[in-house]
Amino acid sequence: MKITPEEIRHVARLAHLDLGPGEVETMATQLDKILSYVDKLSELDTGGVAPTTHPHAARNAFREDEVKQSLERQEALGNAPQANAETFVVPRVI
Amino acid sequence: MELHELTIHELRGLLAERSVSSVEATRAVLARIDAVDKQIGAYITLDRDGALKQAEAADKLLAEGRGGPLRGVPLALKDVLCTRGVRTTCGSHILENFVPPYDATVVSRLKEAGAVILGKVTMDEFAMGSANENTPYTVPRNPWDTNRVCGGSSGGSAAAVAAGECFASLGSDTGGSIRQPASHCGVVGMKPTYGRVSRYGLVAFASSLDQVGPFARDVRDCATMLQAISGHDPRDSTSMAEPVPDFAGALVEGLQGVRLGIPEEYFGPGIDPEVRAAVLAGIDRLREAGAEPVSVSLPHTEYCVAVYYIIAPAEASSNLARYDGVRYGVRAKEAVSLAEMYRASRSAGFGAEVKRRIIIGTYALSSGYYDAYYRKASQVRTLITEDYRRAFEQCDVLVSPVVPTPAWPLGEKQSDPLSVYLSDILTISANLAGIPGMSVPCGFNSGGLPIGMQLQAAHFQEEKLLRVGYNLEQRLGLAGRRPVL
Repeated sequence: MKITPEEIRHVARLAHLDLGPGEVETMATQLDKILSYVDKLSELDTGGVAPTTHPHAARNAFREDEVKQSLERQEALGNAPQANAETFVVPRVI
Repeated sequence: MELHELTIHELRGLLAERSVSSVEATRAVLARIDAVDKQIGAYITLDRDGALKQAEAADKLLAEGRGGPLRGVPLALKDVLCTRGVRTTCGSHILENFVPPYDATVVSRLKEAGAVILGKVTMDEFAMGSANENTPYTVPRNPWDTNRVCGGSSGGSAAAVAAGECFASLGSDTGGSIRQPASHCGVVGMKPTYGRVSRYGLVAFASSLDQVGPFARDVRDCATMLQAISGHDPRDSTSMAEPVPDFAGALVEGLQGVRLGIPEEYFGPGIDPEVRAAVLAGIDRLREAGAEPVSVSLPHTEYCVAVYYIIAPAEASSNLARYDGVRYGVRAKEAVSLAEMYRASRSAGFGAEVKRRIIIGTYALSSGYYDAYYRKASQVRTLITEDYRRAFEQCDVLVSPVVPTPAWPLGEKQSDPLSVYLSDILTISANLAGIPGMSVPCGFNSGGLPIGMQLQAAHFQEEKLLRVGYNLEQRLGLAGRRPVL
């Protein structure tokens, strides 16, 4: 197995996902198949090949640090599942 | 031909001479949607009243002689594009109530060009899929055979154009999500060069691969749509300052001096014989138009699916971390602690394919696996990009099939994700390299299903795609064919 149900549970925790017992097994089988396929890449010698992370050569997009109009607070809060007049409201953290 | 079946350029002619109003055109399309969308299932959100108001406003401007490239033309948008005041679900349960407070830049640009926005069309959840079956909403059906898939992830954008439920639409393409459904639904679709079109307001899937592009009934309409949305946007630092040419100027008869690259790897054993035959027959038409075919090789093509299914999920796992039930989206009500709330909201909000990709991506980026998966895939991405660079020294445009087979029956591949992933083998490389690609209808199989030809060119060479696509369309004379519904 490329990936075990235990590893799936670990990765799911990292990703803040709960998977049911059935879901873990199905996903382990499917991911095993996908990762075995991805192993195809090890056929290639990539020694000395620079990785590409973006289609165009990296460049910084600088701009002046100016104050501009942004979303009104009420609009920014408008889609929140829970908010008061000023902030997003979440379950107690501490 | 009925009003809802016209091309944009035909409709514009009628609007300009005031023999048809935008309100009439909009009503005709709304009536068409009422008549066929129960069968097709393209729309998630139809903004009937908003569309008619926009059409009335367009008619006032048209009456004053104030045109605009899309003035009064009813269009549809993939539900991955933010629309101010109109719900944007991204095909997901987690965003079922999300009403963006701003427009994506492409949406503002269409509005500036005068377009009437009809509503939002269906897609695979978070644009992850190739059949538009990964959706908590209605699974759309192919207008040419309603027992078959539309393709995906922009299935609704393709189906709506094919079925006469809009005059053109926008989609997004991360691994083929415009070109593949365009091929399956018999319409023109283009993924522009990465950076040609702003991604501001496009809900992010894989940020180094995503690009917005048009679906249209013919190549001229595709050029009009591309013109409206192209160009640098200060709000997207990955959009490029490259000058935007007059795309309509590329639509000239004749292909003298154009070298067509035929990549042997795109015609291998997995390609359906009827698809191969239709594409080869299309290449013959292009040769008659003056193009010169040359054989080329893209030797790393067979690795593109493996590269993609590491890089795209890796980027997605990071992008989708923002769905935490705090600022927008659905929140699980029962959770007591913050961590529980994140987990419960995400677990209930995302569908199976999205979870699968988040898990793959998180795994590929996790400690101990990063070098073996993400770094390795990024290196092979370089090899794929270099293949193209060499190929474009020998040719102007690469011609090939878009998808190995025509549209498959609904449900056929749903239990085997890898088999669906492998159907993207001909479209993924363009996203990895960031080059533009296009699908143009080139025939039908014996069952009456559309087959597309894929055209690919070097960065910012969309004009070459439009020129070759235009000549193919002129020589084949298929652009007037519409599905019977």
